[in-house]
Amino acid sequence: MFSKILIANRGEIACRIIKTAKEMGVLTVAVYSDADQDALHVHMADEAVYLGPSPSRESYLVADKVIEAAKMTGAQAIHPGYGFLSENADFCRACAQENITFIGPPVAAIEAMGSKSAAKSIMENANVPLVPGYHGDDQSADVIKAAADEMGYPVLLKATAGGGGKGMRQVWSEAEFNEGLAAAKREAMSSFGDDTMLVEKYLTQPRHVEIQVFCDNHQNAVYLFERDCSVQRRHQKVIEEAPAFKMSESLRAQMGEAAIKSAQAIGYQGAGTVEFLLDVDGSFYFMEMNTRLQVEHPVTEMISGQDLVEWQLRVAANEPLPKKQAELVLNGHAFEARIYAEDANNDFLPATGKLALLKTPIESKHVRIDTGVRQGDEVSVFYDPMIAKLIVWDENRDKALQRLAKALSEYRINGVTTNIDFLYNLATSKPFLDEDIDTGFIEKNNDLIFHKDSQSLANELPIAALYLVLSLQKKSSEAANLTTDPNSPWHLTNAWRLNEAHLHQLTLAHNEIEYDVSVEQKRQGTDSYYLINISNDNKVIQSVDCQGEIYNDLITVNINGHRSQATVSHVENNLSIYRENGVFSFSHILPDCGNLDSQDANGGLTAPMNGTMVSILVASGEQVEKDQALVIMEAMKMEHTIKAPSAGTVDEVFFNAGDMVDGGAELLAFTPTEDS
Amino acid sequence: MAKIISKINTRSQDFIDNAAHMQSQVDDLRAKLSDVKQGGGDRSRKRHTDRGKLLPRDRVNALLDNGSAFLEFSQLAAYKVYEDNVPCAGIITGIGRVGGQECVIVANDATVKGGTYYPLTVKKHIRAQTIAQENNLPCIYLVDSGGANLPNQDDVFPDKEHFGRIFFNQANMSAQSIPQIAVVMGSCTAGGAYVPAMADESIIVKEQGTIFLAGPPLVKAATGEVVSAEDLGGADVHCRTSGVTDHYAQNDHHALEIARSAVSNLNREKPVSIKFEAISEPEYDGSEIYGIIPKDTRQPYDVREVIARIVDGSNFDEFKALYGNTLVCGFAHIYGYPVGIVANNGVLFGESAEKGAHFIQLCAQRKIPLVFLQNITGFMVGKQYESGGIAKHGAKMVTAVATAQVPKFTILIGGSFGAGNYGMCGRAYDPRFLFMWPNSRISVMGGEQAAGVMAQVTRDKKEKLGESWSEEEELQFKKPIMENYEHQGHPYYASARLWDDGIIDPADTRHVLGLAISASLNKPIEDTKFGIFRM
Repeated sequence: MFSKILIANRGEIACRIIKTAKEMGVLTVAVYSDADQDALHVHMADEAVYLGPSPSRESYLVADKVIEAAKMTGAQAIHPGYGFLSENADFCRACAQENITFIGPPVAAIEAMGSKSAAKSIMENANVPLVPGYHGDDQSADVIKAAADEMGYPVLLKATAGGGGKGMRQVWSEAEFNEGLAAAKREAMSSFGDDTMLVEKYLTQPRHVEIQVFCDNHQNAVYLFERDCSVQRRHQKVIEEAPAFKMSESLRAQMGEAAIKSAQAIGYQGAGTVEFLLDVDGSFYFMEMNTRLQVEHPVTEMISGQDLVEWQLRVAANEPLPKKQAELVLNGHAFEARIYAEDANNDFLPATGKLALLKTPIESKHVRIDTGVRQGDEVSVFYDPMIAKLIVWDENRDKALQRLAKALSEYRINGVTTNIDFLYNLATSKPFLDEDIDTGFIEKNNDLIFHKDSQSLANELPIAALYLVLSLQKKSSEAANLTTDPNSPWHLTNAWRLNEAHLHQLTLAHNEIEYDVSVEQKRQGTDSYYLINISNDNKVIQSVDCQGEIYNDLITVNINGHRSQATVSHVENNLSIYRENGVFSFSHILPDCGNLDSQDANGGLTAPMNGTMVSILVASGEQVEKDQALVIMEAMKMEHTIKAPSAGTVDEVFFNAGDMVDGGAELLAFTPTEDS
Repeated sequence: MAKIISKINTRSQDFIDNAAHMQSQVDDLRAKLSDVKQGGGDRSRKRHTDRGKLLPRDRVNALLDNGSAFLEFSQLAAYKVYEDNVPCAGIITGIGRVGGQECVIVANDATVKGGTYYPLTVKKHIRAQTIAQENNLPCIYLVDSGGANLPNQDDVFPDKEHFGRIFFNQANMSAQSIPQIAVVMGSCTAGGAYVPAMADESIIVKEQGTIFLAGPPLVKAATGEVVSAEDLGGADVHCRTSGVTDHYAQNDHHALEIARSAVSNLNREKPVSIKFEAISEPEYDGSEIYGIIPKDTRQPYDVREVIARIVDGSNFDEFKALYGNTLVCGFAHIYGYPVGIVANNGVLFGESAEKGAHFIQLCAQRKIPLVFLQNITGFMVGKQYESGGIAKHGAKMVTAVATAQVPKFTILIGGSFGAGNYGMCGRAYDPRFLFMWPNSRISVMGGEQAAGVMAQVTRDKKEKLGESWSEEEELQFKKPIMENYEHQGHPYYASARLWDDGIIDPADTRHVLGLAISASLNKPIEDTKFGIFRM
């Protein structure tokens, strides 16, 4: 075994690798860029080497610097993680030249799988099933149609020069074929000046099922079952699970063996993943092979009880695989949800910012969190905005799914927009529960996941309002105990008024619609209950009686006699109510305190004290930006820069350089821009 | 502690009738108040909000801590006093929490006659300041007023307790380290200009607040200078040039936020020095008081039934229960605070007055706040009692009440007539707070007694002249007197003139007392030095 390895990566995967290395007694060397100088992986490693500026092409992607770091620290092997240099054959070769072990497959395997078309022909020769298709040069309509007839409908026609969906056409039956082909050719010709077509079998509900394989240098190969990664948005996996649902033992064995065959076809060593498209009829087709450890490897670890990083290290150190196929047992069900800094409601636009609050669910044998960030860390523009991978395990899919929803509802992140609510809605949606899943899942269930259908907020709005009122009281009672007068009825937060109703007035917004909510605390004997009135545009839309209590983040409510529970995330002014059927988010709208930046906008630009004008930086009539320097004065041996209080126009400058200026004198006439 | 066991049957017809009667009085009060709380009516409210200003009650709500109670004073001030309708006397006052600190809030209502000061506006403002001073509570003034109401200047400007007293109080409270914070949210003209100027810290809202000794019309008349209100005394002038105000606010909400931060920087802690206990709710529901108070005011009832519905756990350790039993005295707790309760259970005799004086001495010595539950027709009259020295016994109780330095709280739960009012800590005896129930009556004597006395004097005069006076004529004579007493003795009449701090729902008595006692503890309880007790 190696005594020291370098991890040529960052973030959660670097931390993940360090964790196993530590357990195995292997010393670790981290590498880092400017942005990562205080990152978690740097602190976890035994040593860390600076690579360069924040952009990865100047740091993590510079092979020479990484190899230099390994040589300098005496690391015997480099683990590339995923991404960055992990599938870079040149880097792999460079490691070999320097006698450093690359923890991954041989160069040839990387190269073989590097080209998708080359990979397909290798697989075809090795009898690994591929999506049926005709890629021939004979473009006569009869030949293409014959191929289509043979593979069975529906089929997909594609322009070989194509892209962006142009010149692509689904044909659902033999009768439509000729017409479809002609139309596709016309479109291809006008778009690309080339009407060469290929035809492939069209899978209507394909699933993405991948097999984890492992090969050592002693001719051993095993598969560690499969993962279903069908739930994707724009080709990025969102939630992965293992094992795949609706998977028979025989299909698993067929796919596993096909995967091993694929790996052996290219003389594979180490951890690899063979990705297949699985059709509803149980046929499966090779897509590609990833020659690295996958992001979603933890679900495999959870159901197999194996540490795949440990396996990687052992194989790289020439040891045989720790287990034989027959010794591998599939146990339970695992999910992984990728928690990203991104705005799911805005086309998954990546988000950045400081993780002002980061509270994770408690880890246990059921809940695992792989992350590379801590509270206070920055999610920067330089790298993938993944914050963490939340992995859960339980005996079966239903139970694991409940664990996933619960853990997601316990995640608290502030400072950065995240996809947690999106993941929760996805994980609690009925089709996901019902295993009605294929790669088009998110598009198909878009309205459901984003609550776009006119959902009634009949229960959720009162819960949000009640939670605010109850947590206010709780906070106040806690604070009361720290005062000299803990008994005081002034600590009550029931908005008590003399001779009138005791009302809390709140404004809550959901999907940008504002609701005015009044919560009236009433008493019946010794019990308190609340009358909640919800109105929108001055019209009362709902009135409910409710009671409730909160315990940590859990609220128990009784609304019009119906008792239920919800987990509430209350971070700053944002409330998310996690329910069985999804999460409902509200923002608590606070009074508008005006535009505080404009405090000085209308003020005169006057000399702060007696002094001399040093220089005039603007001309009369000049448009200036906010905070642009206008003039510089010198007084009491100090220079004072007078800046524009807002965007605007300098109408006139009243002094010249060298002039003596009295304190308080108006220096220039300034008109702020109307809307500033 | 001894528990009061209620003997009330809440299913009896009497109870039901009494409850309905009290309910109708509370309903009438609430209905009147809901009108009064609208301030100057829809049109002036709309004009106010159209300018981007918050209504005064919304200002108070925004200033207060989220969910804080607001113990409002004298909601019926100026009710049916002037020819003009001046709801709440055009000013909202009360105690509320700001930054965890009980503060007195004084907010002008510019929708009522431009927030100008009628005589009762001045009285209400000064009363709020007095409460602040007596209880050591910071003052926050939300100023939006045109100054003195000019047609009423003679009753507003010149006297000791008139307009000038407001600034005298500000200066003296500031000297006593009672913070004075002013938020200028509208005009602050003439005398009004001194509210922010005399404040320890002041905030002004841009394009809303103005402060000047003389407004543009007066300036033009005096000097011919033409100037806009904003240029004469707007936020920019006072924050940048004059320094009259300290903080520049973008709008009402912003100004109130700044006021909240100002309070959070006061560095004050409540000097609570009494021994309190855990709170327990009374054994009996406070709303049952409705059914206990007889419809017919002449019908007696046991005041312990009321006490049982106000104090913690209905626990009451009575003092001298077997002596002078027309006055009930004893120790209890309200919201965990120890209190001494003095409550009438009939007319005061010499023994009851002596017992009361003794009990008040105990509370003053032990620094236990006193709660008076007034339902008193007066001291007993007649030869036997005069020669028994009822006057000197009454004097002992009045001396004790007048000089006791513990916080005193008075609730008029029934009649408040004659010298009984003095012995039971009426307004003249400086209770920290005095509240009335809607069924209570206050006058020098009962209307029937007054009419009787005046009729007797008249009959004597007529008989001396040999004139006859029929029963019928006597009734005609007495009727207007009785009506007048009923009118003037009514709580609405009393509250309109600020003889109290407001009318409360009997069911709220415990909570109001709790808030009031807690607020009073902001001031350390002083030692008492009694005067001479005539023996």
